[in-house]
Amino acid sequence: METLSVRNISLTYPGLYSDQAVIALKGVNLTIRSGDFVVALGASGCGKTTLLNLMAGFMAPSEGDITLGNHQVIGPGAERGVVFQKHALLPWLNVIENTEFGLKLRGVDKATRRELATRNLALVGLQDFHRHMIYHLSGGMQQRVGIARALTCDPAMLLMDEPMAALDALTRETIQELLLKVWQLTNKMFFFITHSVEEALFLGSRLIVMSPRPGRITHTYELDFNRRFLAEGNARAIKSSPEFIRMREEVLGIIYGDERESGNPEVAHA
Amino acid sequence: MLERVNRTRSVRPGKIFGAPGDGNSGFISLLTALVLVALWFLVTESGWVKPLFLPSPLAVWDKFMLALTEGVSNSTLTQHTLASLTRVFGAFLLALVTAVPIGILMGVNRIVRGLFDPIIEFYRPLPPLAYLPLVIIWLGIGEFPKVFLIYLAIFAPMAIAARAGVRSVSTEQIHAAYAMGATRGQVIGQVIMKAALPEIFTGMRIGIGVGWTTLVAAEMVAANRGLGFMVLNAAENLESDTVIMGIFIIGIFAFAFDLLIRYLEKVLIPWKGRI
Repeated sequence: METLSVRNISLTYPGLYSDQAVIALKGVNLTIRSGDFVVALGASGCGKTTLLNLMAGFMAPSEGDITLGNHQVIGPGAERGVVFQKHALLPWLNVIENTEFGLKLRGVDKATRRELATRNLALVGLQDFHRHMIYHLSGGMQQRVGIARALTCDPAMLLMDEPMAALDALTRETIQELLLKVWQLTNKMFFFITHSVEEALFLGSRLIVMSPRPGRITHTYELDFNRRFLAEGNARAIKSSPEFIRMREEVLGIIYGDERESGNPEVAHA
Repeated sequence: MLERVNRTRSVRPGKIFGAPGDGNSGFISLLTALVLVALWFLVTESGWVKPLFLPSPLAVWDKFMLALTEGVSNSTLTQHTLASLTRVFGAFLLALVTAVPIGILMGVNRIVRGLFDPIIEFYRPLPPLAYLPLVIIWLGIGEFPKVFLIYLAIFAPMAIAARAGVRSVSTEQIHAAYAMGATRGQVIGQVIMKAALPEIFTGMRIGIGVGWTTLVAAEMVAANRGLGFMVLNAAENLESDTVIMGIFIIGIFAFAFDLLIRYLEKVLIPWKGRI
């Protein structure tokens, strides 16, 4: 059982002049334990990606600290795997070479890393595509390789920054279900960013809604739609259930409110 | 009106409509070459142009055979060619093992970039003929200064290409490697250098081209063998046939090597332009 603690994090992007400094995050607290599936949702500019980058160690906070277990997060590391919006795979390697890349970096022998990579590729449904090149795969399959690659390093935590944003609706639903199965099997910490309220409600065991200017967590919901899906197996029935729809409208209301306050013309009449 | 719309087929089956410059141009290029040679025959055989200005293809061929067997300018054509190939490829290999690492380091390290950037950017646009005298004064008239002059010309474009290649790696790819536990050395060696390969190959093609261009300058002073020397020597004696023969030999070798690099590019970096 591991715990990631985000304690009173603030991050200010310095502008060109002092009055242009942007407060991306202010006073954010978050605790994620093994088996938590935390989903972050919020209007553009609310600091979701900044929060993920801080947890991944790609950025350092202006104030506060982040710890994983007994260690302070001071940079990226293999115990915190990342899945990106654009797959970020290496085009000169084929599917299985991409999947085992992290183990190769660590000097794991070939037989062992092939075995682990094979297992994770089977988990994401790519057992027949070991030797395919990345650029011959569809967007959904590339994202599956990205997930398998992150899993192969066996991180304690999986950070995902809108991994399904570029996928079509059908592929999205398939991979949502896949992610929940992986979550159930591995019992890791999941942190997932999305713009889709439906996706957030379906995947998360905890939903954090963030607001911009300054970026902060305004609402937290404990959810169990994902466990119901894993027990019952009918995603459509869950997504059309009255509770799901009620939650969806409530969360949408919060986000639209934020967008309108921030003067986004796209939602002026929503 | 509708009839006309229906009649014209927009595109051949299986091809994409509107892709600019689609299709194979090899046959047309071959035709261009044949027409040019035919014109060459026509204007020389008919006597419209004097042999001093443009010798006939047959005269050039005869000179070629003569150069192969008896030699021109005190050496056979094979000896001239070998001398020049050694210089150009020696300089190319030397540039490959120095310019590529330096270019990569310039891309990933601000100190290395600060060190080399002013040097490279200052001498790169200079014509080699301008600094040839200095190279001779400093390094003498042996074989090394000739290779060094060509090396300098190749170095700049290759280093610049390698440096630009570093930028073709995405931040996500670098972050992904770090998040899998990569060290800085592993990120440079196994992500950045691989991602820079397409640009490095482009740099190699530009570099070897510049190398051939510099060959004649390198063989201007104190050479007694080499294709550039042979051409210059023949020009002084108004032997146009030898000049044209030399130009063809240089052109054929340069073109063949470019084809080789393009082939290697296709085999070694099949992902180029696809991701």
